[in-house]
Amino acid sequence: MTNLAIQLQCPLPQLDFDIITLGHGSGGLLTNQLLEKGVFKILSNDLLDQHHDGAIFELNGKTAFTTDSFVISPIFFPHSNIGELAVNGTVNDLAMCGAMPKYLSLSFILEEGLRMEEFWEVLLAIRVACQKAGVQVVTGDTKVVEKGKGDKIFINTTGIGLVHPQAQTGLQRVQAGDVVFVSGLVASHGIAIMSMREGLQFETDLQSDTQPLHLAVKALLDQFGSAIHLLKDPTRGGLAAVLNEIARDTGLGIELWQKNIPIAEQVESACEILGLDPLYVANEGIFLCMVAADVADAFEQALRALPEGRQARRIGQVVQAHPKQVVLQSAIGGKRVVNMPIGEQLPRIC
Amino acid sequence: MKYLSEYRDPEVVAQYIQEIHKITTRPWKIMEVCGGQTHSLVKNGLLNLLPEAIQMIHGPGCPVCVTPLHLIDKAVHLAIERQVILCSFGDMLRVPGSQKSLLEAKALGADVRILYSPLEAVKLAQENPDKEVVFFAVGFETTAPANALSVLHAQRAGLRNYSILTSHVLVPPAMEAVIQDETSTIQGFLAAGHVCTIMGTFEYAPLVEKYNIPVVVTGFEPVDLLQGIYMVIKQLESGVNLLENQYSRYVKPEGNLQARQVIEEVFEVCDREWRGIGTIPQSGYVLKPALATYDANLKFDIQLEHAAESQECIAGLVLKGVKKPHQCSQFGKKCTPLTPLGAPMVSSEGACAAYYHFSQISEVVA
Repeated sequence: MTNLAIQLQCPLPQLDFDIITLGHGSGGLLTNQLLEKGVFKILSNDLLDQHHDGAIFELNGKTAFTTDSFVISPIFFPHSNIGELAVNGTVNDLAMCGAMPKYLSLSFILEEGLRMEEFWEVLLAIRVACQKAGVQVVTGDTKVVEKGKGDKIFINTTGIGLVHPQAQTGLQRVQAGDVVFVSGLVASHGIAIMSMREGLQFETDLQSDTQPLHLAVKALLDQFGSAIHLLKDPTRGGLAAVLNEIARDTGLGIELWQKNIPIAEQVESACEILGLDPLYVANEGIFLCMVAADVADAFEQALRALPEGRQARRIGQVVQAHPKQVVLQSAIGGKRVVNMPIGEQLPRIC
Repeated sequence: MKYLSEYRDPEVVAQYIQEIHKITTRPWKIMEVCGGQTHSLVKNGLLNLLPEAIQMIHGPGCPVCVTPLHLIDKAVHLAIERQVILCSFGDMLRVPGSQKSLLEAKALGADVRILYSPLEAVKLAQENPDKEVVFFAVGFETTAPANALSVLHAQRAGLRNYSILTSHVLVPPAMEAVIQDETSTIQGFLAAGHVCTIMGTFEYAPLVEKYNIPVVVTGFEPVDLLQGIYMVIKQLESGVNLLENQYSRYVKPEGNLQARQVIEEVFEVCDREWRGIGTIPQSGYVLKPALATYDANLKFDIQLEHAAESQECIAGLVLKGVKKPHQCSQFGKKCTPLTPLGAPMVSSEGACAAYYHFSQISEVVA
């Protein structure tokens, strides 16, 4: 559910249809109605209000630019929906570039038959997420595809932001000795989504952890600047995929300490039941960072003092040994290689 | 995580490792029957903590691995050609058939669904009265009760559009086949804890007696496995052959009577083909004749040629414990989880995939 107060202030407008039809993407009267009474009204700001083909603005400084598409199913999940995810996902990609998000584009591909109130709820979630993250949607597009040619709603967001003046992050800066931190509990998002899918009902209330991360990144860059060597958000493929990419691209090894990897007990239990490895489960509201060893203690303290980093842990280090491999020290003292995930994780038979 | 964390306690693990080293005076070959046990041994890095004299041989207890190629072809055929709603457990989807896997069939538009319980498939059949729903009933004795129950539920609901494609296999006959194999050098067994939770331990007494071989019913957590291994070695070192139960927190001698009753109501024992091993007499389940209308094998007249297995894959030898996965010439080369030549590279319980994913650092293929 999105913020209830805002929902009450913004009732569903009187539209001629209670579902999305092909006409809403035709560019004609219905499209106009949907935009004027819906999208423009909800997301109103100076640039968007010009209703131009694109947004015109000035930016001063080093700029980061990124794009992401969101096709999640189901579109509504505990305490959030695809709209919030579409804003936070792109905001966080910018944050991982060391940039503070400024403007977003927003494109919808809607499936014919989507209920107007569902679209409305997604729009409201987008608005709330934009307000939280301090970004504006300044341009966008809406298309409608025939029933069966989509899955309710697909969203693309593209974002632009200004890079923090002290940020010097990048793969080329990662070096042996760097300490690896994770900013919060792993696997929460992926398991929350899975719990919503067909046939899976857990008694516990698992929530997606989607949240904007750029303010935490800004605070850390303010304090530690170039000592932060790399920022990454371990979304699809989980920690395993991102760390393997880093190891592969830097030619260095990464050592992980299983007993330090923070995970909520109910998420860990769900992974046990479903036969999934939490290292491979998707995350949303957390980030990984590789930090120079000499500031690691101060960094840990600073990160844990931030609201986004309360559960942060030091989970490993970059090493010269086992180049291009991620090696996990198991909680019981064994060692194993953590490989790149192969396709989607599939639940086990027994 | 209670009942799990205690069995992952590093101190207890260290104690068992120490004790195992203390009592081991000679080399011993022990087979862990179940793929779940193989997975846990490798995932937790236990193999390199054991004495060198102890060789763990990975058994055939991976249901996905032993499901015959032609049955996968049948499932793919039903999904694509007959346009049924084909339901399956997740790790069956990536197993290559002779032409396609179920995952590829799904990508081509077939209605293939991953389910956690066959009862969900019955629900699907109720919700889609104009479609045939087929559940790919794969597994050992562990999954048999739920699969059997799904047939009873369908019968009770009067459903005519639900059936199961059965590939149920049984553990004790497979263990006997492994012992009888002339290449076998196994001296003791860790029996599969989950299977025994359903079936009990009594089925293994005749094996112990007939072949003079220790069998310890064992669980899946690090402490379970080490305790099971310790118990087998202790028997071997003192020259006794007993049936023991390490997993007594779940396994009763008589098993789960309710579950066994459901199995008996629905299935009867039959000869069954095991992929890579061949036909083992009286080693599987088939639906009883009275329930034949729920047997997808009979319901759909499917005439498919029996395709030949890949010549390069040594899955059979791996499943019998004769070869280790990395002793295969194609391991990590032509055969990877992305391009598997055989099923043990696909399933998370398959020995080849376990080795590939979690193998020792020095053994990992670059």
